[in-house]
Amino acid sequence: MSDLFDILLSVSFWAAAIRIASPLIFATMGELICERAGVLNLGIEGIMVIGAFAGWMAVYLGAPLWLGVTAAMAAGMLFGLLHATLTVPFGLSQHVVGLGVTMLATSTSYFAYRLALPEVTSPPKIAPFAPMDLPILSDIPFLGPVLFQQTALTWAALICAGLVGFVLFRTPLGLAVRAAGENPAAVEAQGLSVTGLRMGAVIVGSGLMAVGGSFLTLSAFSSFFFEMVNGRGWICIALVVFGAWRPGKAVLGALLFAAFDALQIRLQQTPLGAHLPYQVFLMAPYLLSILALILMSRRAEVPAALMVPYRKGER
Amino acid sequence: MRLDPIAAPSLRRQIGLPALALLATIAVAMMLALIAGANPLATLGLIAKGAVGSKFAALETLNRATPLIFTGLAVAVAFRAKLWNIGAEAQLYAGAIVAVLLGTGALSAPMVLPVSALVAMLAGALVLLGPVMLKTRLGVDEVVTTLLLNFVMLLFVSYLLEGPMKDPAGMGWPKSAALIKEARLPRIVEGLRLHWGFALALISALLVWVIQTRTTLGFEMRAVGQNREAARFAGMPVNAVLVKTALLSGGLAALAGWSEVAGLKGHLSSDLSPGFGYTGIIVAMLALLHPLGVVATALFVAAIFVGSDSMSRAAGVPTYIADMLLATALLFMVLALMLTRYRVVWK
Repeated sequence: MSDLFDILLSVSFWAAAIRIASPLIFATMGELICERAGVLNLGIEGIMVIGAFAGWMAVYLGAPLWLGVTAAMAAGMLFGLLHATLTVPFGLSQHVVGLGVTMLATSTSYFAYRLALPEVTSPPKIAPFAPMDLPILSDIPFLGPVLFQQTALTWAALICAGLVGFVLFRTPLGLAVRAAGENPAAVEAQGLSVTGLRMGAVIVGSGLMAVGGSFLTLSAFSSFFFEMVNGRGWICIALVVFGAWRPGKAVLGALLFAAFDALQIRLQQTPLGAHLPYQVFLMAPYLLSILALILMSRRAEVPAALMVPYRKGER
Repeated sequence: MRLDPIAAPSLRRQIGLPALALLATIAVAMMLALIAGANPLATLGLIAKGAVGSKFAALETLNRATPLIFTGLAVAVAFRAKLWNIGAEAQLYAGAIVAVLLGTGALSAPMVLPVSALVAMLAGALVLLGPVMLKTRLGVDEVVTTLLLNFVMLLFVSYLLEGPMKDPAGMGWPKSAALIKEARLPRIVEGLRLHWGFALALISALLVWVIQTRTTLGFEMRAVGQNREAARFAGMPVNAVLVKTALLSGGLAALAGWSEVAGLKGHLSSDLSPGFGYTGIIVAMLALLHPLGVVATALFVAAIFVGSDSMSRAAGVPTYIADMLLATALLFMVLALMLTRYRVVWK
């Protein structure tokens, strides 16, 4: 028990929780935008992979870090465009297209990686984002290291969540996007294009997912590994449901999830970890996501037109 | 842009558009070969030669197709009822675990093969039953739960192989003990490296086809898939049909893992499946969810994988070209199929 308290009171635990939450916040916001507009984007897992790869590759080839983030975003938007074209104007099954986009984005990343680095056995490293060192703020006891010694990309994630919340709920554009996911016919009656709104949402959302992926290579691990995204995309889909399609709640969910993830890593080092196989700890995040879905199943306010293709004039 | 339904699509449209999708995929393959600095035509030739160019290659393709027929059938059965089972990978490993549990001495001949196959199917069915019960009882979306369970199952397999199932004589490698001889699927023809799992896959495809076209359950599964509300309104036990569909789908996916262990590998390791569960989705979609079509598309998909492996060694184009081509084929094909039924009107 005292081990648990030691962990919960340690600076490194809270710093790790926020670090682990950062990519999830980006990708969850991306998925949330898509679903608010009425499109389930199962391309998320693969788009995170291509983001992780494109960001890393750009920096490996000599680009500055922020250009790497931009490259990741561009790659994500490209696959977002593919997803949006097939699911919105053509109205194809969002399940099948999403899984297809995940497979295509993932295999494209692996193909390009092997093409660029055919012989490497240990993945080459880049110099990742460094923790920020802010005057005064970083030196505050406890809060300083937890909040103000994170990388700039973590702060970008939090700012991005705030921005998504603001645009979706405080601007006419956000209202139109949400309406496209609730009552597309009414949007069309206002003279707005449902197709345009939905495609825009999917492309922008996919860009954010890819930035989330690039956090893994540009801020967390500094190399690109196969399988490094490891289901994080699917977890983000669960986080959107857990957050009831609201950015604020989804960020809280991501932080809660990340805190739990940071906890299980640390619990492995305690006497409890010696008794239980490590796989039990690694399973916990996935089981927790399923539990979150079960808990929210009764209360979720699903966007009414989610997964319903829109055809003008049809009801 | 607008889509107008076509009342009676012409035969030319119905054959021409899917053929066009296939040609477009081949064009992508040649482009990728060019990008990789290889001769496009030679690359295609090497893939074909690697897949069917020799007796050894052709048998390898048939062996690779075996688990894909099972997972393809599992996906086809589920998707037909609009049950989104993306967890064939987890169900596959459930079957593989049972093959080891019952095949390493717990049972002896002649019971071991039939009993372990049935228990394997039951285990796979149970793995899918959880998410389906969550869906029918609580309305929890099965896409995400089945996806997440794939990761849980892989960790469980890794635990088994490092713990209770670890082969004491495995030199420290995380793999299970070898199956006893009686628990192995024999070869169809002595001297040819092809086991009875392939024949079992063909029989399964035929049985699924019979179930879908000749039984009430098959009719109900199709009705539930076409319009769940209408089926409910017509008095169909929709939830019961979904559960039965899940049992069949999970059982078929489990046979993929079971036959890989009992027929091909003879033991369980955590790299048993290079994503057969996920590839099953491509196999099923390319086959238009038709069980007999699954056999054809599984052979095609297996040929691309086996051919690309061999081409990659010879021409230096990364083997991931296979996954890229199959994902491309999937997207082109769903688009082509929609366009057989709708006309695009630009205005």
